[in-house]
Amino acid sequence: MRLHIDWTACDGRGVCTELLTEMLTEDDWGFPVLRNGDTVPPPLDGAARRAVDRCPMLALRLVT
Amino acid sequence: MTSVVEQVERRLLAGTGAAGPGRLPVLDPSQIIGMARDAGLTGRGGAGFPVWRKLTAVAPGSVVIANGAEGEPASGKDRALLAYQPDLVLDGLQLIGMAARAGTAHLYAPKAALAPLRAVLAARHDRLPVTLHAAPDAFVSGEETAVVSAIGGRAAVPSDKRIRTVDKGFLVQNVETLAHLALIARHGPGWFRTAGTADEPGTFLATVSGAVRRPGVVEAGYGVRLGELIAAAGGPAAELRAVLIGGYHGGWVPADPALPVSRRALEPYGAAPGAGVIVALPRNACGLSETARIVGYLADQVAGQCGPCVNGLPRMAGTLADLAARRPEPGLAAEAQRLARLVSGRGACRHPDGTARLVLSAMRAFEADVAAHLNGRCLAVEGPR
Ligand SMILES: Cc1cc2nc3c(=O)[nH]c(=O)nc-3n(C[C@H](O)[C@H](O)[C@H](O)COP(=O)(O)O)c2cc1C
Ligand code: SF4
Ligand code: SF4
Repeated sequence: MRLHIDWTACDGRGVCTELLTEMLTEDDWGFPVLRNGDTVPPPLDGAARRAVDRCPMLALRLVT
Repeated sequence: MTSVVEQVERRLLAGTGAAGPGRLPVLDPSQIIGMARDAGLTGRGGAGFPVWRKLTAVAPGSVVIANGAEGEPASGKDRALLAYQPDLVLDGLQLIGMAARAGTAHLYAPKAALAPLRAVLAARHDRLPVTLHAAPDAFVSGEETAVVSAIGGRAAVPSDKRIRTVDKGFLVQNVETLAHLALIARHGPGWFRTAGTADEPGTFLATVSGAVRRPGVVEAGYGVRLGELIAAAGGPAAELRAVLIGGYHGGWVPADPALPVSRRALEPYGAAPGAGVIVALPRNACGLSETARIVGYLADQVAGQCGPCVNGLPRMAGTLADLAARRPEPGLAAEAQRLARLVSGRGACRHPDGTARLVLSAMRAFEADVAAHLNGRCLAVEGPR
């Protein structure tokens, strides 16, 4: 599973970076940055799903 | 209008005659895909993606689009092609229409290029009717998803690519790519491969500008020596400092006449032939100032959608401008490189990636200039010492 960010929708308020700190950090302007690529490690599956569900802009998706 | 200058190789721009149009054969989808694959035809719009793979992926009934937007200011080859060989482009559009069993075909190009095309279209009896669309004059208006949006009557700005454009039922090909396909249909893949290299077959159109005597469009096979391309454009107008290859999303390379213009040979410089844009920088011009000017332009062309691009490109432009203005801040080059890496891959389109490529190549190619600028000096103005 991979994490996809729709950059045209993301507003950079950082809900995801808080819910998924293992995968995401913030850039200079608060937008999410992938720490180590977009592949979701299996142990983070649940956290990734939560981040997707809570993204207020529906900018996050899990893709295969 | 960019003029066509001397040719290293004559195919697309041979004029009616030698490779001249003649009748377009009727082919079925598998024949068209097969010949594109055997020829090794890649996209001429910048990314160099194999055409046959897109033709294989596209579903029957898709919409086919010829992309002649050419938003890149230093490029003139698509306009030249549409002016001199519109029938080749329109034949190629019919061919991808046949391959995709398309219901509709569109041609998208700057307004000025469309008027003459109306008459050309009226004189043809195409199986698939072609609708013309005006491309706005903006750098990103030719990006694939921006093209699809514009064809649909919406703003010509890129959109998210979670679902690939072909999977949404749109096949977008650059107009030069289509013209090559039309020649392959007539002369065969074997003929196509007699120009270029084994890995990178065929010819490409280069727009050569900057410090050359006769700027214009040149056709040559991939692997042509940089010196030959520049010679075809009248030769250097001054001693050269560096050459920008691949346009504003491209990379700076040394002004080495022996350097082959191919993906393989340019890769070590972080450059690629891209859409064939070649800009010669004279010795008395500063590479850092020129890069700062281009990055400033690219930052202005951001389609205000994606945070990292909207924020990152202006910041990168500011950093480059400080460097060009010889501000004595030792961290400037490292900051430009950090920002370039930070924005890469973080937009709906590859505008940030292309801009980052240019910045990273400038920091390598003009390393000595960076050192001089940080000491308040400029090699272009003063000479090395
Ligand atoms: C910012 C940006 C601008 C682009 N502008 C053009 C353009 O003006 N014309 C073009 O053919 N391709 C342009 N492209 C590339 C297209 O997205 C697409 O890859 C191309 O039209 C596909 O055709 P090809 O495979 O035949 O090259 C641009 C890409 C980007 C990222
Ligand atoms: S939660 Fe959604 S909108 Fe907010 S920063 Fe993350 S991806 Fe962007
Ligand atoms: S990456 Fe930049 S240029 Fe491309 S769509 Fe997003 S904001 Fe526009």
